[in-house]
Amino acid sequence: MNELFECRALTKRYGKFTALDGVDLTIGRGRIVGLLGPNGSGKTTLLKLANGLLTPSAGSIQINGHTPGVETKRIVSYLPDASYLPDDQSVRRLMGLFSDFYADFEVSRAREMLRELGLDEDARFKTLSKGNREKVQLILAMSRRAQLYLLDEPIGGVDPAARDYILRTIIGNYSEEATVVISTHLIADIEPVLDDAVFIRAGRIVLHQGVEALREQQGMSVDAYFREVFKC
Amino acid sequence: MGWDFDSSRPIYAQLVEILKGRIISGRYLPGERLPSVRELAGEAGVNPNTMQRALAELERGGLVYTERTNGRFVTDRPEALQTQRQTTAREVTRLYLSQMAELGFTREDTVHLIETWNHGGNKDE
Repeated sequence: MNELFECRALTKRYGKFTALDGVDLTIGRGRIVGLLGPNGSGKTTLLKLANGLLTPSAGSIQINGHTPGVETKRIVSYLPDASYLPDDQSVRRLMGLFSDFYADFEVSRAREMLRELGLDEDARFKTLSKGNREKVQLILAMSRRAQLYLLDEPIGGVDPAARDYILRTIIGNYSEEATVVISTHLIADIEPVLDDAVFIRAGRIVLHQGVEALREQQGMSVDAYFREVFKC
Repeated sequence: MGWDFDSSRPIYAQLVEILKGRIISGRYLPGERLPSVRELAGEAGVNPNTMQRALAELERGGLVYTERTNGRFVTDRPEALQTQRQTTAREVTRLYLSQMAELGFTREDTVHLIETWNHGGNKDE
């Protein structure tokens, strides 16, 4: 069976700036992975490459054995870092769009999460607060039965109570063979749910390890270790 | 006892401690069916694979057992619970004695304090 997510010597340059520099990274099925790095380290570039929004300057990236494209979009649920939804629409209509686009979208799951977070289906997206817009986008992304979830900063603007709910949702909702990649710098909040941590710095992977082994070896939390590695 | 973790220690070991505590204190009753791994992981806010590993450890220790199709159950063997209770009591006592020693209490002082506990003016509960 092909690896779910595999990069080989993946490089991305924007003009003279190298955003990703020879990244080798393999992620298997059934994992929750934290993609952790400071601002500008290449997290968003890597997730965009995985979704075919960018093309590599060199090297390769494959999802389930395929170059990102139509084939992989069926199995990848992507939450981008910026809003991409037609914001004049109601939340209900956005759910309709997702149903049309993605065969694996489950309206009933989305409804339940909206209700539990007290979000109104009839509200127009652009009238929602920033935090609530983020919640809606995350709910839409998590309501697909995908094999790979790529979540770019999913909890940054969300209040702590909703953050807990969302993390519990991530744990409880995805299937056992699915993998979730969460890019964030809010490590303390997400570290209890992770299997593995990937540290990325200046476009290079500097660590890829199970978080329990890391805690055992370093005698500190992933958050504390991150602060040590990335000390300014 | 809630699910509070010290992120500087492996969460797996802390889950084992909490689950053992819940079993010997009777919060999970002998013979009771445990929630699924996913449910427990969701409740605790931890990774499901970590929860799975903790439950497997309890199973090796005989505190829980799996019925192929029905799920996981708390042991109904009193001796398994009794053994765990003894082990935990020894761990708690070891910790207590070492803390008392750090305070400068001899074994005798400590025993004296325990024996006179509730008799003197030290009912500060």
